[in-house]
Amino acid sequence: MADHSSSTTHSRFFQHHFVDADQQFATAKLGMWIFLVTEILMFGGLFAAYIVFRLWYPDLFTQASTELNTFWGGVNTVVLIGSSLTVAMAIKSAQLNQKKNIAINLGITLALAAVFMVIKYFEWTHKFELGIFPGQFYDFGGIEHEKANVFFSLYYLMTGLHGIHVLVGMGLMGWLLWRSLNNHFNSEYYTPIEITGLYWHLVDIIWIFLFPLFYLIE
Amino acid sequence: MDTAESSSTSKKIQVHRYKPDDNPDKHFLNEETGLWSWLTTVDHKKIGIMFLSAVTFFFFIGGIMALLVRTELWTPAKTFIEANTYNQIFTLHGAIMVFLFLVPAVPAALGNFILPLQLGAKDVAFPRLNLLSFYLYLTGAFVAVFAILNGGIDTGWTFYTPYSSTTGGAVTTMVFGVFIIGFSSILTGVNFITTIHKMRAPGLTWDKLSLFSWSLYATSIIQILATPVLAITLALLGMERILGIGIFDPAMGGDPVLFQHFFWFYSHPAVYIMIVPGFGVVSEVITTFSRKHIFGYWAIALSSLAIAFISFLVWGHHMFVSGQASLASMVFSFLTFLVGIPTGIKMFNWTATLYKGSIDLKSPLLYIFGFFFLFLVGGLTGIVLASIALDVHLHDTYYVVAHFHFVMVGGMVMALLAGVHYWWPKITGRMYNEIMAKIACGIIFVGFNVTFLPQFVMGSQGMPRRYFNYIEQFQPFHQVSTIGSYILGLGFLMVFYYLVKSLFTGKKATANPWGSRALEWQINTLPPLHNFHHIPVIINGPYDYHKPMEEFQLGLAESTDGHGQESDLEITSDGKEINAE
Repeated sequence: MADHSSSTTHSRFFQHHFVDADQQFATAKLGMWIFLVTEILMFGGLFAAYIVFRLWYPDLFTQASTELNTFWGGVNTVVLIGSSLTVAMAIKSAQLNQKKNIAINLGITLALAAVFMVIKYFEWTHKFELGIFPGQFYDFGGIEHEKANVFFSLYYLMTGLHGIHVLVGMGLMGWLLWRSLNNHFNSEYYTPIEITGLYWHLVDIIWIFLFPLFYLIE
Repeated sequence: MDTAESSSTSKKIQVHRYKPDDNPDKHFLNEETGLWSWLTTVDHKKIGIMFLSAVTFFFFIGGIMALLVRTELWTPAKTFIEANTYNQIFTLHGAIMVFLFLVPAVPAALGNFILPLQLGAKDVAFPRLNLLSFYLYLTGAFVAVFAILNGGIDTGWTFYTPYSSTTGGAVTTMVFGVFIIGFSSILTGVNFITTIHKMRAPGLTWDKLSLFSWSLYATSIIQILATPVLAITLALLGMERILGIGIFDPAMGGDPVLFQHFFWFYSHPAVYIMIVPGFGVVSEVITTFSRKHIFGYWAIALSSLAIAFISFLVWGHHMFVSGQASLASMVFSFLTFLVGIPTGIKMFNWTATLYKGSIDLKSPLLYIFGFFFLFLVGGLTGIVLASIALDVHLHDTYYVVAHFHFVMVGGMVMALLAGVHYWWPKITGRMYNEIMAKIACGIIFVGFNVTFLPQFVMGSQGMPRRYFNYIEQFQPFHQVSTIGSYILGLGFLMVFYYLVKSLFTGKKATANPWGSRALEWQINTLPPLHNFHHIPVIINGPYDYHKPMEEFQLGLAESTDGHGQESDLEITSDGKEINAE
């Protein structure tokens, strides 16, 4: 692309249908915000289902909640909040043009996300060993409630959909890490980190709602 | 650079008049050629054309299903297909028409092509997501076809539980296909909202935005807010079938009415996804062919947003007899009446636009007149259905079927055809046979009324929808309706014939055959690959017919690769310098 503009040289990731890099950045950011709205609506359906069933069977929710391990849930909450901090630090590093710190912070974020998923894996497999499966496969006698399967169906669906989002986020973080190691990002161009960061904060916030709704019911 | 930096001093800039070429040597169809260039294109115009071809294909598939249904209903008992096949065919008709035709028809096909041109943009905000949207649509369609071939579905397009969670067939696969198509719709919505916010040409302020763009904006808001709820609903339905999670199945402690709440929270707004872009087409066509500024610009623009807003508050009117609280029914009934207000505002403003215009009754306008009559009937019968007491009687009868088809076929399809005829010269560079277009419009109008007016009558007399067998007193109505459907089918075939024929033998179109003031007509026909050789400068609105054409053909010279630097300039009309050629 010809350098016809006197004031700025375009990044190699500049797309020709934009007027300048600022427009490209603002556009990508707005697009991600709108996408996050769709995510909230999608989880909103599950939260609505949660509200309905909790109103119908309040006893069930307090009983079944005791089967969930509050300690490991709490650890996971801290892990995810920590990863939100590191992704924010990656963005700050990019703004300050500290290219090495971008990669370090992205690496920590990726590792924390992996820790979250490992803990989640052990939580789920522990329940499977007890016979706590979703829906019609539910086979656990420890809860005195005939609809106990509904609680765990919701639990698996909501944490499962959230887990899928964490996995997608890990894929994105890995891609960003690869790009930052290839020196793609600097203070002029860090759009992918910024918008992936937005996505990651949403994943974090959804967990912050899921944790008390399932683990901390009294 | 932000425009805010430059607002303090307004520089004088050179704005030239660029007359569009009628037959440019280079345009978007010949700059890149070959099948691969189409399959991998990120050009919004080519993606729009691919969507237009795909929705046309599915429109005919869905249409054949409709004709099979109508033919089967010729006699009260079995005519030529089994009851189970009949159930599958009407399900397919509904699902294909709604998810594969109506939802993407105007936004993804016409909108994709026209929106960036109307904004003075080189492309939509996210061209690659745009292409992804098309492939998601195709993937979803293939999964749906796979479901049809592997067991079929007989639930109706609404997938009501508990029937859908217990019946045999390929409901899970079909639901997965619709789930994928939903993502296609969401991506289009995200893309269009961002494009309208961020990609407008210099000078194109919100009050100069075309009403087609406003309607796409309203549509996109509905798409991004409603479609994710459908996605999760269908995911839950799939899980219900695979894992038996018992959210919707009353036998397992679930709530089937919850499914209906979820489903209609999407699907009622979704009918506005289908019709609101049609409103935008009406606004464009009506001003162009009455040579007059649109009457009540802001009223029409904001009523689209009002419809989008109200559409989220009315879903309960589908559930008056499903056992929801009677207070809820009353509230939903009242809120549904409110939809009539913004819709009425539009109808009155369009009519007022025609008043004292110099009306040029070309075929696009003729289709719009068809739209007016049919949509009016469709809209007013919607008010009838929103009245609780009447709805208890009319619920699940052919009255509902007729109402829905008056809005969707009489409204949306007529508007779509108007839009296709209106923009056909810009999209293809060819003119179609005007006389045949008018005759086809007449045939469709007559065929449509013959098909669906009898359904109002038999519906109000109690003929239930979706039934395979019916009592003999309804046979004359059914037979008239079936004959009408053949006439309607003939009309659509005729449109298809002369439009395709025009591609080969049609007269070459000029850049602006209708004399429109809208921005998409101020560029070459066919448009260049990147839409604008010269960055357009917008001083007048798209409906300022009282101003001379030269004032609409303004642009800033720029280097050939298309990078402007105009964002540091403030454009004022006193800064313009028109070099008449």
